[in-house]
Amino acid sequence: MAEHSRTGEGAARPVLITLAVSWLAVALLLPFGSVFIAAFADGFPAFIAALTMSEALHAAWLTILAMLAAMAFNLVFGIAAAYAVERTRLPGRRIISALLDLPIAVSPVVAGLMFLLVFGRQGWFGPLLSSLNVRIVFALPGILLATIFVTLPFVAKEVIAVLRETGTAEEEAAATLGANRVQTFLFVVLPNIRWAVFYGLVLTAARALGEFGAVSVLSGNLIGQTQTLPLYIEQIYTNYQTTAAFAAAVPLTLLAVLTIAAQKLLAWFSSRERAKAALEER
Amino acid sequence: MGPVTISRRPVSPRPRGWLPWGITWAVLGGLVILPLAAVAIKASGAGVDGIVASVTTPIALAALGLSFGGALVTAVLNTVMGTVVAWVLARYEFFGKSVLNAIVDLPFALPTAVAGITLSELLGPKGWIGSLSPALAVAYRPAGVLVAMTFVSIPFAIRAVQPVLQELDADVEEAAALLGAKPWQVFWQVVFPAIRPAMLTGLALSFARAVGEFGSVVIISGNIPLSTLTGPVLIFQRLEEYNTVGATGIAVVMLIASLITLVAINLLQARGHDHG
Repeated sequence: MAEHSRTGEGAARPVLITLAVSWLAVALLLPFGSVFIAAFADGFPAFIAALTMSEALHAAWLTILAMLAAMAFNLVFGIAAAYAVERTRLPGRRIISALLDLPIAVSPVVAGLMFLLVFGRQGWFGPLLSSLNVRIVFALPGILLATIFVTLPFVAKEVIAVLRETGTAEEEAAATLGANRVQTFLFVVLPNIRWAVFYGLVLTAARALGEFGAVSVLSGNLIGQTQTLPLYIEQIYTNYQTTAAFAAAVPLTLLAVLTIAAQKLLAWFSSRERAKAALEER
Repeated sequence: MGPVTISRRPVSPRPRGWLPWGITWAVLGGLVILPLAAVAIKASGAGVDGIVASVTTPIALAALGLSFGGALVTAVLNTVMGTVVAWVLARYEFFGKSVLNAIVDLPFALPTAVAGITLSELLGPKGWIGSLSPALAVAYRPAGVLVAMTFVSIPFAIRAVQPVLQELDADVEEAAALLGAKPWQVFWQVVFPAIRPAMLTGLALSFARAVGEFGSVVIISGNIPLSTLTGPVLIFQRLEEYNTVGATGIAVVMLIASLITLVAINLLQARGHDHG
């Protein structure tokens, strides 16, 4: 790598580094830092008061609930989908892969609309749901549905990549030694995909905490009932409660930083483990 | 899978796996296929004329134009700047590099509503940037929509190009330089062809993210029809007015664009693998 800078790139190096650093500083760090400055603009007591308003606390609780639900759901679904794609010969594996890309590519508002057409009062299951007295749209299940939809690919894609990379040699060995399918999964596959699962769950958490478009269509945005923290922030900001909006944004911003730190840590753990495994193989 | 044969060969490494397969299809069926079918059927109920009528109103055309045009401009900007950042991260060692590498993911993790309020404050007439010059006070103007779209899609091009640059063999570049190629010749004739599929993938991913963005855009744009109103915001507004058919019309156009982008990304990645 050091050789590189000597092959005539001497002039390019400082220019490109300055360009990259200033681009990310202006485009990313400035907005990021201004969250904290705006949140404490009226002093620390005002910050605490804004954070402990009952609407804010209720919204935070809903957001955490949606995040945990999405993580639990994707823990099962992500592993199942990755296993189905990479370790079975059942039909439709390529279609599964293709469908998994959809939640990333579709606008969250379009996703919200799609669920409205299925579960809304005028939707396909509207009459059935109202006769059963079950509410999905404009209620908690709608929020969970929206959050799960937008996070659907994250665990699955991470695990697919690892399963593809590790290959089936270890699993074949376990099977030859007499392990049944459940044992092979628990003692061979699961330890191999462990870090990928955690990584996918962290991505799921990050995405779930911020989900806005699909939730705002499906939740009805009722204060103190179906309002998640991002929706609450938007509402009080448009009501000119600027400082309170930024105060409520602080925990979400800190959680965002935490998820990035967790990603880096997990990547470090898994690369260290891979290096160790490579050494042992020699 | 053929019939089960009893033999001394090891058990098939690919077990039947009906359980995970069933879970996967149940979930995808309920959460992806069923909703897609609902949109398709709603749209066919409205008919081609109904859909065309709902997307050709002046407000709808302006909104779709801003969404697609804005996303394209954003995606190109993010691909160019993203390639610079990816190059710097992949090729140079300098103080603070690991921090720089970590903050690239910030727009993915930061809730879009938070991005929306902080960009609105910065770029409002009284904000740090907006107060410097009226030309920079772009909140509630179309340029503000582009800023929000750019912010949320920053990571994609960087993360698409960075691994390819890291794996690229430096020997070829050094050989080219030794043979007398100028640095820009090395870039255009050696590096650029190798990273072009990854750049295009990054471009498509940025575009997909920007065109559908709602949270930050709805806050910073002020949602002025014929000016700052975007496609996703128009869908939202029509749903609030109980104009489901009108909302579905816009949604169909955006869904088709998403599907085209997805196919393009898959083709690009398939081609990238062939070369690698």
